[in-house]
Amino acid sequence: MAKIIVVTSGKGGVGKTTSAAAIATGLALRGQKTAVIDFDVGLRNLDLIMGCERRVVYDLVNVIQGEAGLNQALIRDKRVDNLHILPASQTRDKDALTLEGVETVLNTLNKDFDYIVCDSPAGIERGAQLAMYFADEAIVVTNPEVSSVRDSDRILGLLASKTRRAERGEDPVREHLLITRYNPNRVDSGDMLNLEDIQEILAIKLVGLIPESEAVLRASNQGIPVTHDEASDAGQAYADTVARLMDEEVPLRFHEYQKKSLLSRMFGGGRR
Amino acid sequence: MKLLDFLKRERKKSASVAKERLQIIVAHQRSQRGQPDYMPMLEKELLEVIRRYVQVDDEAVNITLDSEDNCSVLELNVTLPKS
Repeated sequence: MAKIIVVTSGKGGVGKTTSAAAIATGLALRGQKTAVIDFDVGLRNLDLIMGCERRVVYDLVNVIQGEAGLNQALIRDKRVDNLHILPASQTRDKDALTLEGVETVLNTLNKDFDYIVCDSPAGIERGAQLAMYFADEAIVVTNPEVSSVRDSDRILGLLASKTRRAERGEDPVREHLLITRYNPNRVDSGDMLNLEDIQEILAIKLVGLIPESEAVLRASNQGIPVTHDEASDAGQAYADTVARLMDEEVPLRFHEYQKKSLLSRMFGGGRR
Repeated sequence: MKLLDFLKRERKKSASVAKERLQIIVAHQRSQRGQPDYMPMLEKELLEVIRRYVQVDDEAVNITLDSEDNCSVLELNVTLPKS
């Protein structure tokens, strides 16, 4: 039985795809057989972040419409053995996904995988609702910024009502807060919401805190999920997040203001 | 030093303003969370009907839906202007 995790946020551009790629990679690196599915039909990007954009032949919509088998569409990751990517369609319109089709795909993956990570599109429309519908757990990606926090709260409302677990009256979807693009220096100067405030407003458990980091753009430029950059703060923060998802107790890092030393100020030593 | 403190305090405000604004809007969002999809439409149409007879402000009409064990109560509160 696979655990189905949706990575969602409501707001766009907060780091859903980056996080889905990094977390799926982290799970696979820890020996968990993992599939990561792009639900953003029409605007797929997970393939780029995972660095497999030139190996896409078939996609999720092809599978749902019976034009290709699931094994034909799944792309095996070059770097990690246990990791597979199911890309979204770039050409079809977003109505090409059906609830029954998604259910069939997930049921098939369920037999072979330990984790299924669903990368949700932005918004609260059909695509986002399909991505979350079958989820056991949800990672709500939030930036320390008003519109992102508000949208995350909207998504929490949907998770509590528009999912299979909610409709069947089963145990609710387990919700995790993932704060991304956190800048401790700006928090310290009072210009950025701090993590306690965000947790207090959204009232869900924090699973990880990813600092704003140059490593993230560098990783997406190269198509290598940032988890592989083990020397970077963001890479380590995602590894911590994965450990917490697997119910390990890991202390929080990268949330405190670090004074730059004189030397690094002079030589412009930024965050790795 | 005092000038620095002053500047720092000024800046501290923006994150706490953000928090206050969020607490209000999120509380409002949550109060609407469980309600059926037709509520905004119902509210709008009820207001139209009332306005056919009495001219009232948007704020003069307050509609709440409370759910108890197995019944829901729709409460409509209209403050009529003095005639």
